[in-house]
Amino acid sequence: MAIITLNPIQKPSLLLEADNIKPDVFAGKSLDEIKALHVFMGTDQLTLGEFFEVSGDSGATAADTKIVIDGDISRVKYIGMKMTAGEVVVNGSTDMYAGAWMQGGKLTVNGDVDAFSGLAMTGGELIVNGNAGNYLGAAYRGDWRGMRGGVIRVSGNGGSDIGTFMRGGEIIIGGDVDVHVGTHAEGGKIVVKGDAKSRVGGQMVKGEIYVFGDIEVMMPGYQYRKDVDLEVDGVSGRFALYEGDMGERHPKKKGVTIYGQLYMKY
Amino acid sequence: MAEFLVKNGFVYDPVLGINGDMVDVAVRNGKMVDASDVGTNATVIDAKGMTVMAAGVDIHAHIAGPKVNVGRNFRPEDKLFNATPGKGVMRMGGGHSVPTVLRTAYTYAKMGYGFALEAAMPPLLARHTHEEMRDTPIIDEGALPVFGNNWFVLEYLKNNEIENTAAYIAWLLRMTKGFGIKNVNPGGTEAWGWGLNCETIHDVVPYFDITPAQIIKGLIEANEYLGLPHCMHMHGNSLGQPGNYGITLETLKLAEGYKPKGDFGRDQVLHNTHLQFHSYGGESYTSKGFASASKEIMNYVNSVDNITFDTGIVTLDETTTMTADGPFEHHLSHMNNLKWVNSDVELETAAGIVPFIYGKNTFIAVAQWAVGVELALMAKDPMRCFITTDAPNAGPLYRYPRVWKWLMSLKARDALLEDAKYGDKVRNACYIGELDKEISLYELAMMTRAGCAKALGLSHMFGSLKPGLEGDVVVYPYNPETADDPELIEQAFGNAHTLIKGGEQIVKDGEIVSNGNKRTFWVNCKTNENAQVQHDISEKFKKYYTVTENNYGVSAHHYTPNPYVIEVDATK
Ligand SMILES: [Zn+2]
Repeated sequence: MAIITLNPIQKPSLLLEADNIKPDVFAGKSLDEIKALHVFMGTDQLTLGEFFEVSGDSGATAADTKIVIDGDISRVKYIGMKMTAGEVVVNGSTDMYAGAWMQGGKLTVNGDVDAFSGLAMTGGELIVNGNAGNYLGAAYRGDWRGMRGGVIRVSGNGGSDIGTFMRGGEIIIGGDVDVHVGTHAEGGKIVVKGDAKSRVGGQMVKGEIYVFGDIEVMMPGYQYRKDVDLEVDGVSGRFALYEGDMGERHPKKKGVTIYGQLYMKY
Repeated sequence: MAEFLVKNGFVYDPVLGINGDMVDVAVRNGKMVDASDVGTNATVIDAKGMTVMAAGVDIHAHIAGPKVNVGRNFRPEDKLFNATPGKGVMRMGGGHSVPTVLRTAYTYAKMGYGFALEAAMPPLLARHTHEEMRDTPIIDEGALPVFGNNWFVLEYLKNNEIENTAAYIAWLLRMTKGFGIKNVNPGGTEAWGWGLNCETIHDVVPYFDITPAQIIKGLIEANEYLGLPHCMHMHGNSLGQPGNYGITLETLKLAEGYKPKGDFGRDQVLHNTHLQFHSYGGESYTSKGFASASKEIMNYVNSVDNITFDTGIVTLDETTTMTADGPFEHHLSHMNNLKWVNSDVELETAAGIVPFIYGKNTFIAVAQWAVGVELALMAKDPMRCFITTDAPNAGPLYRYPRVWKWLMSLKARDALLEDAKYGDKVRNACYIGELDKEISLYELAMMTRAGCAKALGLSHMFGSLKPGLEGDVVVYPYNPETADDPELIEQAFGNAHTLIKGGEQIVKDGEIVSNGNKRTFWVNCKTNENAQVQHDISEKFKKYYTVTENNYGVSAHHYTPNPYVIEVDATK
C-alpha cells in the first residue's frame, strides 16, 4: 500500500474544510496535484499545499492508498468524508465530521474527534483512540436515515446523541456517554462499556443497546423481560434485558412484535 | 425599452393556430408585436432548430408562504449536498423539494415560465406569503387564499347567504392581496380541529352543520357572483384514498348548471387541482386492491365544458407533501412513519407537512404515476387539462420537463414501466398500457401555457405570442424535426436557451442574466357596502382572532413593491 504523509505546516485562522483528504481523491495523483487540491476556509478557497507538507506516493486506486497525517488537525473538518476504500491515519485530533458518510475503508484517529463524526456512515471502520464529540454515528440534521453500516470504535468517552436514527452497523464506546443514545433507532448495535446518563433508547423502534455500567436515569418506556448470559465485544457476563420504547410504534415479524432491546450488565 | 426579434424557430402557439411553423416573433416595449414592428436595432435571437413558445404559466404549485417555509425548516436534509453558490446575477440557491425562493425563480426561468400561482395562502399568514413572493425574482406570481374551512364562509353558506359570502371574499382578497378562491378539503380541515374529517361531500361539518357539497356550490356561486378572473379552485374531499373517484365525480357534478360570469374569458366554473390524487378506484394501496379510475373521471370531464383540471403527476422522487388538508397529512404520517408538522390557523384553515418517498420499486407509487399520466393522455381538450406535479406534493418543481417527456414519449413510459419492479402489475391495475398517445408540442403549449392562462382569466396577458400580450417568450433548444431520443425532451425543456419576460431578457444562451421585474398579481374586487359583513368581521376579530383587524391586512408597500392589480367591479 502506497503511503502519502501530510504534515500540518500552518494552523488555519478559521476552521478548515478538507473533504478532499481521502484515498478516493488522492489515488492516482502526483504530489503536486494533491497539493493543488482545494480546501475551504470560510468563504475562501485555498489549496491543501498551503496548510500541509505533502510527501510519499499515492496508490493507483483508493484501496491501495494510505494517508498518514502527522500532527494536530483539531481545526480541520471532514477528514475521510464519504471515503469508500483505503486507509487514513491521523496522529492527532480532528475537528467535526471525521468519517462522515463513510462507505468503506478505515479511518483511525489517534486522538479525539469532534461532533458529527461517522455521521450517516454506511460502511468501513472508524477507530478513535481518544474521545468522540456529540452526534457520533447519528443521522444528518433532519434526516431519518442514520448510520446504516460499518463500525465505529471509540476507546474513550462519547458525547450526547450517539447513533440517532441508527439503522445498522455497530458503535462501541470504551468509556462513558452523555444523554440520548440510539434515539429513534431502527436497527444497529450500540455498546457502552462505561456509564450512560439518561434517555437511553428513547423512541427506539428496533436495534440493540448494551450498557456495561450504570444508567443514571432509565427511560420509563422500557420493560424488564429476563436475564441473559452473553458475550458482548469480548466481555462475558449476565445482562438484564429490557424492551422498549413502549411509547413508540413497533413492527411485527411473523406475528411477533419487535422491540428495541436494552441490555444492562450486572 | 429593448426590442427583440426571435427568428427561424419552430413556433407553437395554439391561440394563433401556429403549429411548428417557422415564424418570426417580436417584442417591443415589453409587449408582443408584429415582427414588422421592430426596428433594425432589435436584438436578434437566432432560434434555428429550436422551439419557440409563449412563456409557461403554472396554475398550481406550492412555492411561497408559511407551509413551504416550515417544510424548509424541518427538512434541512433536503438541502444536503445540494446548494449552488451565487454566480453573476444569480444568488445562492438550494433544496430539492422545498427550495429557496431564489432557486424556485431560477428553476421556473430555466423551464421557460413567466407566471406561477401559489396554490394555498392561509389568509392570516398572507404577509409571510407575500414576503416570499416578493423575494422570488423573475416570475410574476399570485396566491390563492383558502376559503373552504373559513368560519365566515361556513356560517354564511349554511344559510345560503351568497351575497354575504361574496362580500366577505372580496374583502379578504383585498386584505390579503389574493388572486382567487381556493377550496381545500371543504369542511374536512375544520372537522380535523375536532379530530374528525369530511370523507364525502355529504358529511356534516361538526358544530357548523353544513356539508362539503353546500360549501362547494356556495363558493362557485360566490365566485361567479363576483365575476373573478379565475374560478373556484378545488381540492376535494378524500384526497389520496383508494376508491375516492366516486366522491370526485359527485364533486365535479356540483358544477352542473353553472356558467362563468365576468369579463375574463374563461369557460370553467370549477378547476379541480391535482386530479390524480382524486381518481383512484379499488379499496387499498396493494396491487390486488388498487385500480385506476382515470377513465371514469375523464369520461365525465370530457363530456362537460365548464370544468378544468391539473394533473398532479407523481414524479417518483423523494419529496415533501404539504397541504391545508390537515387530516390527510396526519394519515400520511401514519403510513410512512416519518416526521409530521401540523398547524392550525385560527378561524381559517390548517396545514400539515410530511416528507414522502414515491419509490419506483413500490407498486402504489408507480400506479399513482400511471393515474396522473393517464388523465393527461385521455383529455380530449388540452385547453382544459394542465400539467402539474402539485409541486412539491407529487414531485419537485424541477421535474416538469421529465413529466413532459413521459407525456410526449410512449418509449419513455414503456422504459419506466420496464424498469419498475411492479411495472406489469401497474399495467394490470391501471389504463396506462392501453394508451399509446403522445402529446404533441402544440398540445403541450395548451397544457402548460395557453390553457392555463385562459383558466386563470389571464389570456389577455399570457399564454400566446399574439401582438399586445406581455412580451414573454421562451426558446427551448429542442428540434422537433430531428429529436428522436426522449431524453432530449427532458434536457431541452429544463434548460431554456432564451427567456424574455416582460420584454427583458432573463435567460441568454442558457444562462440567467437578469432578475427581471417581478410583479405580484392580486384582484381588487369592489362590492356594495355590506353592513352585516362589516359587523361580522369586526365581531370575529374582537372575539376570536389573536390579531386585530389593523394587524391583519397586507397593507404596507414593502409586501408588494411591484403589484399588478386586476380590478373587478361587482357592485352591479
Ligand atoms: Zn396543491
